[in-house]
Amino acid sequence: MAIFLDSNSLVIVQGMTGSEGRKHTQRMINFGTKIVGGVTPGKGGQSVEFDGGVSVPVFGSVSEAVAATGANVTVIFVPAKFTKGAVHEAVDAKIPLGVVITEGIAVHDSAEFFQYAQNSGATRLIGPNCPGIISPGQSNAGIIPANITKQGPIGLVSKSGTLTYQMMYELRDIGFTTGVGIGGDPVIGTTHIDCLAAFEADPETKAIVMIGEIGGDAEERAADFIKANVTKPVVGYVAGFTAPEGKTMGHAGAIVSGSSGTAQAKKEALEAVGVKVGKTPSETAVLMREIISSL
Amino acid sequence: MDLFEFQARDMFAAHGVPVLNAVVATTPDEARAAAEQLGGGTVVVKAQVKTGGRGKAGGVKLAHSPEEAAARAGEILGMDIKGHTVHRVMIAQGAKIAEEYYFSVLLDRANRTYLAMCSREGGMDIETLAVERPEALAKVPVDAITGIDEAKAAEIVAKAGFEGDLAASIAPVVQKLWGVFVAEDATLVEVNPLVKTEDGAIIALDGKVSLDANADFRHPDHEQYHDHDAADPFEARAKAKGLNYVKLDGEVGVIGNGAGLVMSTLDVVAYAGEEYGVKPANFLDLGGGSSAQVMADGLELILSDPQVKSVFVNVFGGITSCDTVANGIVQAFELLASHGQAVTHPLVLRLDGNNAELAHQILAEANLPNVELLDTMDGAAHRAAELASIEISKGA
Repeated sequence: MAIFLDSNSLVIVQGMTGSEGRKHTQRMINFGTKIVGGVTPGKGGQSVEFDGGVSVPVFGSVSEAVAATGANVTVIFVPAKFTKGAVHEAVDAKIPLGVVITEGIAVHDSAEFFQYAQNSGATRLIGPNCPGIISPGQSNAGIIPANITKQGPIGLVSKSGTLTYQMMYELRDIGFTTGVGIGGDPVIGTTHIDCLAAFEADPETKAIVMIGEIGGDAEERAADFIKANVTKPVVGYVAGFTAPEGKTMGHAGAIVSGSSGTAQAKKEALEAVGVKVGKTPSETAVLMREIISSL
Repeated sequence: MDLFEFQARDMFAAHGVPVLNAVVATTPDEARAAAEQLGGGTVVVKAQVKTGGRGKAGGVKLAHSPEEAAARAGEILGMDIKGHTVHRVMIAQGAKIAEEYYFSVLLDRANRTYLAMCSREGGMDIETLAVERPEALAKVPVDAITGIDEAKAAEIVAKAGFEGDLAASIAPVVQKLWGVFVAEDATLVEVNPLVKTEDGAIIALDGKVSLDANADFRHPDHEQYHDHDAADPFEARAKAKGLNYVKLDGEVGVIGNGAGLVMSTLDVVAYAGEEYGVKPANFLDLGGGSSAQVMADGLELILSDPQVKSVFVNVFGGITSCDTVANGIVQAFELLASHGQAVTHPLVLRLDGNNAELAHQILAEANLPNVELLDTMDGAAHRAAELASIEISKGA
């Protein structure tokens, strides 16, 4: 088992014919992801040849791709200014999972397409500005390096890409059910809470690691959710203890404003509900090891 | 990016929000001319700084004649308000204020939509009001697709406690301010105070606007709002090179890949630095690519900061594997040496992830001067902090 993405996932790539889309489609194919099509407006009917003798058909629209292939996941690599349109298309085609990798999207666009997906009730969005989702041994939708870990009992949810990789790598001997990079933008489609709920319900997931960073109050709300709804052990890490107020640290959402959004407040909120919080990524991995060995 | 009050005023005016006539001045003479231009009567001289509490700091003053306006401007220009130097004042027409209200619309991250806030009690610090008398501040969620239409505007003003003709005259202003929010890709539009004058007109007396830089592609005119003067010189250079850099106050330069990992690296360096009396000097995220050129640009920038005594390069090799990063570092050293900027600072590297062993081999063969390779992030942070403190004691 895994959450949101598994070996039955049939994946299309919006923007597959672009350089990033093509590069990462090749990587997903190498991993074993079932890539069933690409979507590029105006290039329907063509196909793209990938290493390993794989030929992937290109469709002119998401609805055509879904009709022809039965795709249930789309990975979106289109440029920021076209992403809103691409997400609308995916939602209109009722694709159950849309993974939006694109960064630098105007927040009015992401707020709008998030609402659009909510209204339809048909599509879960992950991202934008995220590395995607991987269920080791099953499927990989996005840009998470596939060969840094293996299948195992840990569920991971993280705002940060490289910290996701770091944590998966440190715990590679134990392994993961699913790792979800939810992204560091102010408006994101899937939250820490959504992932915590899904991991709680997933029988294969035995423990959860949650990685947060400064900005917003998602970690505090996740703490409330854990207290009320999560029975599995959770280990946390928060980046940005030393970030100064008012400076955006790389991610559009990573900013401390006044007394809100500090790493210290997030750590305290998590610890108050019994989550063990590591001071560094390595210490966090050690905490997870202790939990796994005590299960 | 945040706008100055005068920029917000002009933006409001362009979208049909009622504002007072006003002119910007940078000298007392300009202030006098501005007051004359506004009819020679009573004006308000307002410091243009991007911080609150101007009034309390003495940055907002009334003037009854052009001469007085010049004198008040002379007092305000050059003032320091919470670390912001006043370079400009806005000379605004005086108004006879009967009542002061509050309105804002902003991005609500927690609910992933927008939030309108409105109160009959404006003029004061809204955060204080929200804490002390939350019932006086109406908070109304705004759907990102349907926005603030006529019905929504009516709902917002009603929830704030406005009734009858007053509600009917404020609601259209609320709709116009929503128009600014949408048309300009703002993340915040705030009017405090929104006033009713003695003759019953509703006017946005002071405005605060924050714009989303990610939307610049549809607003070429927003370039004017980028505050080039205020940027730190290192940050300005980083921006010109396309580097994601934030200047901090410390001695250990930090380079890494990925915003989360770099933030985490700053923390680890700060913890280690407590022992040695040093701190991280900067945030620098190389991003996914980490080519030799990007690495060279990053190193060059950090090494030009005289406060920096050592550098910690912390990279996780994922899509870009560690051997590629290692080659990038070797080439960066060569590039810098060829510019006559050979690296003389101690450098601590930690490369983990894909092909880490190959990377270690490449670096061992290159035998770069003053470069140490460590296995763990925590250990490398300690070493970088220690080396910085050794350099400081050498210099002392």
